[in-house]
Parts: sequence; structure tokens; C-alpha cells
Amino acid sequence: MGLISRRGLVAGAGAAAILSPRAHAADKLKVAWIYTGPVADMGYTFEHDQGRQAVQAHFGDAVATHYVENVAEGPDCERVLRQLIEGGDGMIFSTSFGFMNSVIRVARQFPEIKFEQATGYKTAANVAEYNLRFYQGRWVCGIVAGMLSKSGVAGYVAAYPIPEVIMGINAFTLAARQVNPAFRVKVIFINNWVDPGKEADAAKSLVDQGADILTDHMDSSAVMQMAEQRGILGFGQSADRSKIAPHAQLTAIIDNWAPYYLQRVQAALDGTWKTGSVWLGMKEGMVKMAPYGPGMTPATTAAANKAQAGLIDGSVQPFAGPIADQSGTIRVPAGTIMTDAEVLKMDWLVQGT
Amino acid sequence: MTAHVLVAALVTATTGATPLLFAALGETVAERAGVLNLGVEGMMLVGAVCAFIVTTVTGSDILGLFAAMLGACGIAAIFGVLTLTLAANQVATGLAATIFGTGLSALLGSRFVGKSVVPLPHLHIPLLSDIPVLGPLFLQQDGMVYLAIALTAGLAWAMLRTRAGMVLRAVGESDVAAHALGHKVIGVRYAAVLFGGAMAGLGGAYLSLASTPMWIEGLTAGRGWIALALVVFGAWRPWRVLAGAYLFGGINVLQLYLQGAGFVAVPTQVLAMIPYLATIVVLTAISAGGARRLQAPACLGKPFRPAN
Repeated sequence: MGLISRRGLVAGAGAAAILSPRAHAADKLKVAWIYTGPVADMGYTFEHDQGRQAVQAHFGDAVATHYVENVAEGPDCERVLRQLIEGGDGMIFSTSFGFMNSVIRVARQFPEIKFEQATGYKTAANVAEYNLRFYQGRWVCGIVAGMLSKSGVAGYVAAYPIPEVIMGINAFTLAARQVNPAFRVKVIFINNWVDPGKEADAAKSLVDQGADILTDHMDSSAVMQMAEQRGILGFGQSADRSKIAPHAQLTAIIDNWAPYYLQRVQAALDGTWKTGSVWLGMKEGMVKMAPYGPGMTPATTAAANKAQAGLIDGSVQPFAGPIADQSGTIRVPAGTIMTDAEVLKMDWLVQGT
Repeated sequence: MTAHVLVAALVTATTGATPLLFAALGETVAERAGVLNLGVEGMMLVGAVCAFIVTTVTGSDILGLFAAMLGACGIAAIFGVLTLTLAANQVATGLAATIFGTGLSALLGSRFVGKSVVPLPHLHIPLLSDIPVLGPLFLQQDGMVYLAIALTAGLAWAMLRTRAGMVLRAVGESDVAAHALGHKVIGVRYAAVLFGGAMAGLGGAYLSLASTPMWIEGLTAGRGWIALALVVFGAWRPWRVLAGAYLFGGINVLQLYLQGAGFVAVPTQVLAMIPYLATIVVLTAISAGGARRLQAPACLGKPFRPAN
């Protein structure tokens, strides 16, 4: 349902139009983003906001974008959503997995509002779902780690044992073990998205236990900072951390949400917006690698570029069998590739972690 | 776990314990004077951000530490005016101070996210610091670790043995009696609250200058609340507070090392609960009629209005 038809609908509703707080806002499409973290996190939320700014710059006066940061997952999120709708927003991008259930509930009551839920799995007639194949970036990092690590042990500081995090750990480990079959990845879960003190302590403990390459799935840059301090190598995530870790960062996974946001807002303006569920990656240019750091060698640069090319043309499939879990049981038999649905539900760590 | 890793874990534990110890010692003094300031988390955050900003701009970590004390004292002063001069409810005001401090630190720090400073220097005494095991543990830390321990000793002595310490405790135990003896109850409490603020500021500064030399919103991640729990756990005594800080810091770090070693018999969430569980146990022991000396200051949380 587009802008024009929605305006017609409101007018057709007669008296309801007068009562509707949104009637006057119909000239311009108002689009809101809700973030679980601060836009200044230089990571996940920062990259979403870069996407929002791209939308504003591209469409200029045709849209009005704004955002609400630091929204708590749970009842608070529902309140924020209702407030946004009251304020005239016609389209809302919800950027955290934990917002999903609130979005689905609120969406049921406001069928004319378009919702976009990042990293979820539920959709509705007015709720589309979108996600990035972050794990493709992890695969590239894993290849490089497998080649560069002398001890054959990498340290991985992760937030929560949820599928989104686990698939990244698994992709990283599988790639590193493809290069060096004896490679091991030590994983520590922090049970928080941001706790720099604990992240740094976890990074230290991993280095003390033999890891000579560090990576993380956290929202702060504490782990990369520790890698820099200890003079070892590592990979950033969500955003380029080369300012914090100019020597340590080999490369970083960069989320590039802008292409999707531009396309979806365009569809909303054109009246062609439909619900859907997409999982986009390197092929669409939405998962990228940051410029290589000084720790990269010509051989690793070539291997990283080759891995990216393979992920783009589909010749590299991170989750192709045989894959064994921690106990050694084969979870994915040789010759089969995990389906997207299976990957999205992944709750077991692979052998080597 | 090999000896080398064990020593490394203990060294890491001290960096985990130090910010808790600073904040908890400050709160111990405030509570001994009868003031319950729940704003520790907010004061730590303001301290952390002030230290980081000033160190980034001036390049001097000493100035950064002073800025941390000043900034956090600012929050403590607001808390003091509201609860001591205006006799507002301490619990509500303290919570408000935390919320205010969290927001203010985010605002002040927004332009400093993603920057980095040189971490605080570590002690190095030739030969002595290189002694295996003992060297890394006792003689290679940064100055703040030693300062926190020295402050513990100083406070323990001052609270028991000096006149000022006795006045402080008298004010916390019986404000009316202290007032009748001519002591300035409100004045003493102001001093205690401001001291608590300065210490919380140092605790925050330790995080943003030593432990992780950076700024990000919510950097303290709940350490202010653990510090509050520690004060009760330590029964308002500096040495016990120190033991608690090292115990909680140690458990926290130990679980990270155990996870890294692939040992996951106890869920990490359970370990995260330990400081609070331990505090509840201590509180229960106190209320079950335990030793008198474990009890909270009698005037804790009560506003004082001099009756002239």
C-alpha cells in the first residue's frame, strides 16, 4: 500500500480521517528507525544509522526520517512504537531481534503502517523481515586466521549463545579449519551486548590461554583494543575498528544496510511495498570487508579476495557438509548444504570450538 | 590450568576488582555517615566520561583522574543538596542520580566514542618485578591498584582510630546524639557524600583509563550496583569490602578463564548472580540476629532535621 492509496483510504474513511492524527502527515512519508543501542556505538547501531542517513540524503524532501536510540527490548519497545505511530510515522524499521514480538503485536493493530524487522523470523502482511549474512564475513576472517595464527588457536568473545552469534562462530571456525584442520577457537560468552571491562578481561584470558588472534561479536571495540595492546592480530565486526586498532586489525566485517533501506523506502513511495523475508549478503554488496590492515600478507590478501569472490558467486558455501558438532557427531552429512532455515536456527557449535 | 595461566587470571582479577573497590569504599564512608546513595552507578559513569574527555584533550591522565573526582562529586553534590539540605527521600534521589548520571555521561561522551587513550602506566621495578609469580601479581600493576589498597588500609584505620572517623560513625549511628554533642551532622554527611562521589569517580576512571581505555555509553555495565551490594557484603568495613571486591572480581574473571578452557559446568548466568546472592545471604545472616557488629549504621537512609 503506497502513499497515494493510503491517503485515499483515509479520506474515504470520512469522519475517521478527522480523528486520525496521521491525516495531516500524509504529504511526506515519515520513516522511523528504532535502535537498541546508541548511534554513537561505532558498531551495529552506527551502521544502521548510516543507512538511515543515506535514505534521507537520497530522497531529500520526499521523506522525513528520524530515529529513537537506546530502546529497551520488551514493553518499552511497544510504547515507543505506538508513540511513533501517533506521531505520524508510516514506516518503521526495527533493528533488533529482541523487538520482534513487540513489532508483530503492534503491527496487528495498525495494518496500514509498514514495519521492517531486522534479524527476526516472524513476518505478517505489514511486517517484512530482513537480515544480513554476517557469517560470510566471518568465513573470510576464518580463512585469514587459519593462515596467520602461529599457535593455531583463536579467541572469540561473543555476546549471547543465540543463532545469529553461533552461526558466526561456526563459519569462522569451519573456515579456519579448512586451512588448518587442527585449528581451535576458544569461545567466551559475556551475556551482554556491551560490557567493555568484561570483554577486555575475556580477551586477556583468551590470550593468556594461547590465542594469538582475537575476534568478537560484541557492540564495543574493547576486544580489538586489547589485541592492539597485546600486539596481536584480530578482526573487527559491524564496523571498521582500524582507528582503535590500527596495527591489530586485519580486516573487519562491515554491515552496509543502505541498499536495502533505499530500495524499501522507494517501494513505499511508489506504492509497491510488499512484505517479505530476505537474507542479503556479499552478493548484494551489503556485507563488506574493511580495507586490509598492515598485518595482512600477500598470500592472505589473495586468499581473502578469493573467498569473497567465491561467496559472491556461490562457489563457496560455508555450511556445506560434512560438519561435526563439538561432540564429534556429524550434524550435516557430506554432500548436503544447510538450508537458510536450518542456519537461522543453529544452536550447536561445530567441532574445534 | 597451568601455573602461568593461573597467575595471569589472578592479575586480571585485580583489574576487575579495583573499580569495584574504589566505588564500594566511597559508598562505605557515605553509609557509615548514615547516607544511602544509590547513585553510585551514575557517579561512576560521569567519572569515567570526565576522565576520558580530559585525558583525551590534555593528554594527562593525572588531570583525567582529578576531572573524574570532580565530575562525580558534582553529581554527589546535587544528591547532597536534595537529600541533606532539602531532606528528600534518599532512595528515590539516589536512583534519580543514577539515571541522571547515565544520561549526562552519554551526552558528554557522544563525541568521544571510538577514540582511545594510552592506558595508565604499570609499575616496573627492575629485577623485583621479574620474580616469577610474585612479580606479576604484586609488582607489575598500575598505580591505581595500589592506591585502592592503600585507601582501604587508610580508611580502616581512620574510621576506627581517629577522631574524625569516630565523629563520622557517631553521625551514622545516632544523628540526634551527635548533634547534641555539637557535631555538625549535615556538614559531616556532606563531606561523606562528596568523598563517596570522588571515589566512585575514580572507580569509573579506572575503567575508562586503565581497564579499557575508551568511552562507550554504559561503560560501567552495572558495576555501581555490585559496589553497593559489596558494601553490605562487607558489613560496612573497609577490609571486608576489599575481600569482597577481590572475591567478586576473581569469580568473574575465573569464569571467563574457565569458559576459554572449555569448561562450562556452571552456566555463566549463575556466576553473574553470585555477588547479589552473596549479599542476600549476608543480609539474611544479619537480620537473623547475627553479631551486633555486622549491623547497618542505625541512621542509614534517615533524613536529619536539626530540632532547634
